[in-house]
Amino acid sequence: MKYTVWGLVALLMILHQDIWFWENDTLVFGFIPITLLYHAGISLAAGMTWFLAIKFAWPEDLEDDASQTEERGASA
Amino acid sequence: MTQLTIISVYLGLLLFLGVFSSKMFRGTSKDYLLASHSIGPFLLLMSLFGTTMTAFALVGSTGESFKKGVGVYGMLASSSGMIHSLCFLVLGVKLWSWGKKYGYTTQIQFFRDRLESDKIGILLFPVLVGLVIPYLLIGVMASGTVISSITEGAFQNTFAAYDYGIPPWLGSLVISCVVLIYVFFGGMRGTAWANTFQTIIFMVLGVVTFFIISDKLGGMQAASEAVLKKNPSKLTRGVDQKDEQNYEKRYAGWEKKAEYLYTVKVKGNALTPDETKQALGKFKPRMPDWRTVAKTAFAFQNKKEWFSELTIKDKSKARILQDDRLIPDPFPEEYTKEVIDAHGLTMLKRRPLSEIKKDAHRKFEKKIGHPNEFLNPKDESKGKKWSLKKAEGVYRATTWAPQKPIPIPMLAFLTYMFVPLSVGMFPHLFQHWLTAKSANSFKLPVVAHPIFIMIVWVPCVLVGTWATSATLNGKPLIPPHFPPNAVLAYMVKSLAGPVLAGFLTAGILAAIMSSLDSQFLCIGTIFTEDIVLHYSAKNKFTDRQIILMARLFIISIVALTYFFSLQEPRRVFTLGVWCFSGFSSLFPLILAAVYWRRLTKPGAYASILTSVVIWCSLFYKSNYAANADFLFLEMMPVATMIACSTAALVLVSLATKPPGEETLAKFFPQKT
Repeated sequence: MKYTVWGLVALLMILHQDIWFWENDTLVFGFIPITLLYHAGISLAAGMTWFLAIKFAWPEDLEDDASQTEERGASA
Repeated sequence: MTQLTIISVYLGLLLFLGVFSSKMFRGTSKDYLLASHSIGPFLLLMSLFGTTMTAFALVGSTGESFKKGVGVYGMLASSSGMIHSLCFLVLGVKLWSWGKKYGYTTQIQFFRDRLESDKIGILLFPVLVGLVIPYLLIGVMASGTVISSITEGAFQNTFAAYDYGIPPWLGSLVISCVVLIYVFFGGMRGTAWANTFQTIIFMVLGVVTFFIISDKLGGMQAASEAVLKKNPSKLTRGVDQKDEQNYEKRYAGWEKKAEYLYTVKVKGNALTPDETKQALGKFKPRMPDWRTVAKTAFAFQNKKEWFSELTIKDKSKARILQDDRLIPDPFPEEYTKEVIDAHGLTMLKRRPLSEIKKDAHRKFEKKIGHPNEFLNPKDESKGKKWSLKKAEGVYRATTWAPQKPIPIPMLAFLTYMFVPLSVGMFPHLFQHWLTAKSANSFKLPVVAHPIFIMIVWVPCVLVGTWATSATLNGKPLIPPHFPPNAVLAYMVKSLAGPVLAGFLTAGILAAIMSSLDSQFLCIGTIFTEDIVLHYSAKNKFTDRQIILMARLFIISIVALTYFFSLQEPRRVFTLGVWCFSGFSSLFPLILAAVYWRRLTKPGAYASILTSVVIWCSLFYKSNYAANADFLFLEMMPVATMIACSTAALVLVSLATKPPGEETLAKFFPQKT
């Protein structure tokens, strides 16, 4: 799952280069330019991807590491 | 005056918050600088977001989308959503854990340890402070511009030279002082609280501003359709054919006007009163400067000999003078063989801004006055008197060459992705990371940051794009060549009532101040921790003395920044991109320090020095950011900076002795 998450991050970076909408001036819902809507979608997708990242790719050991050192420091 | 009162009350509230948070101050420098590692997820999210969303996000994004259209969002906002969170996750959490474990307060302390080099601090300190200054400058400059634009007409007789509003220099000064005071009182805890409060304020008011402006423009649909009709290129990253044709037509008209004025001013030709009467008689529409346009049309039809006498050199000179550029000395040979084109014009230096402003004021002398008074009290339909800013705007729009619609080059768009990497090396962000209570505090900021960016940037980008084509009472709301930094404030002032404009301005200032505070605190921290304490005997200074020194250093840097803010302004967005590019060029260093065992001290020095040299030379090539569209090898300069600093880091590290076993065991322990 960890690799899937990092794969999604890489995919987002590629999808960010939307050359297919470069000269498209369509207004979606009559007011929002399609390229802006697409990139707002990228922002939402980034939020979701990072949610998966904290679920499945979170460096748990760092928390313990820092706390243990602090406890050792306090008891010394 | 209403706006001014609301802004003053808001600033008063902030001061109160700073003083209140000082009551919770634990009296130690660790609490002052790092809030005793006590900041939880919500406060961390708000302070990280508030810190990264500076004047750049509100004032800069609106101004830049006014110039370049909606592509600005993809260029920086959506990429920042991905990259910022990536940096929080891969760098922030790891550095927080080392910070907590080994007691770091600043980046330099970490680098000294990791690179086994005491002197690295001497090199990094001026680089980091030097890069924070333009970042501070963005906020200081933008706050003055916003306050000045919004308070226009607030006084009856005072500050006539500033359109009877607060002068930008005074606005910047007040904002700097307010932030200084609450940072001094509250330290990092006060900063985190103020950031949270201000982030909520600017997000809520930002959304409110968006709906009010769209409503005043006839609804979101009408506002966007106006852009589609008048400036379709602003809805894309390319250039619409209609825009291109429209531009060519306007440019041809402008060239004729330039030649007509040249024959009159330089060659001494003049229409007789009778001819003038004929020229003006039937001419329509009567837009500003219509008389010159009418006389130009008449002269081209009836005085062909005036123009046939002009040499190519004359024609080039006519265009240069009309565009308020300085005639180069010696005059370039190429412009005596072929008439200078639009691109050639942009390569020439403009006359000093102060001279251009004087000309504008002289030209519209009769219309300039208190912006709340009517031009003709007996006929209110003629509208109100013009502010100096309006006169300058109309002057630029009617004098300078029309702006060529410029596409966003694909390679530039791609390489913009490197700009947000700067957050990995922002010293103030490093300090914020260290305030976290636990590693888990980072989870909320990592997930919510891209969504928060979207909430703030989408409305700003839309407002900036709408500004290109918006009309009020049938007249264009913002003329071409309008200063991008003032677009948001001008839209708010023109379209919202005074009370609302006051609140909305408070929101804009909140965004600006929520970054300034962290930056102020951070520069004080790195000065005391990395220079004063590091190079003085242990326990030489008390905590109180340390805090005092930090404050004095902050004041001197703010004073220096303030001095820079009084010079010729640059576009907030452009300045921001240069500053961020500098930090991004140091990104390979922090990434390698955290993840690459083989990084060596000489490799780090080589990387930093390369970054400095490349940054300075490209900044010089861009005419110190005056060329806002500067690209190098058709890419954003940041791409070259990162490539060179990475190459230097890798090559020199591989060619030199690896770090000692002790350091490697400390930062890269073997997993058991």
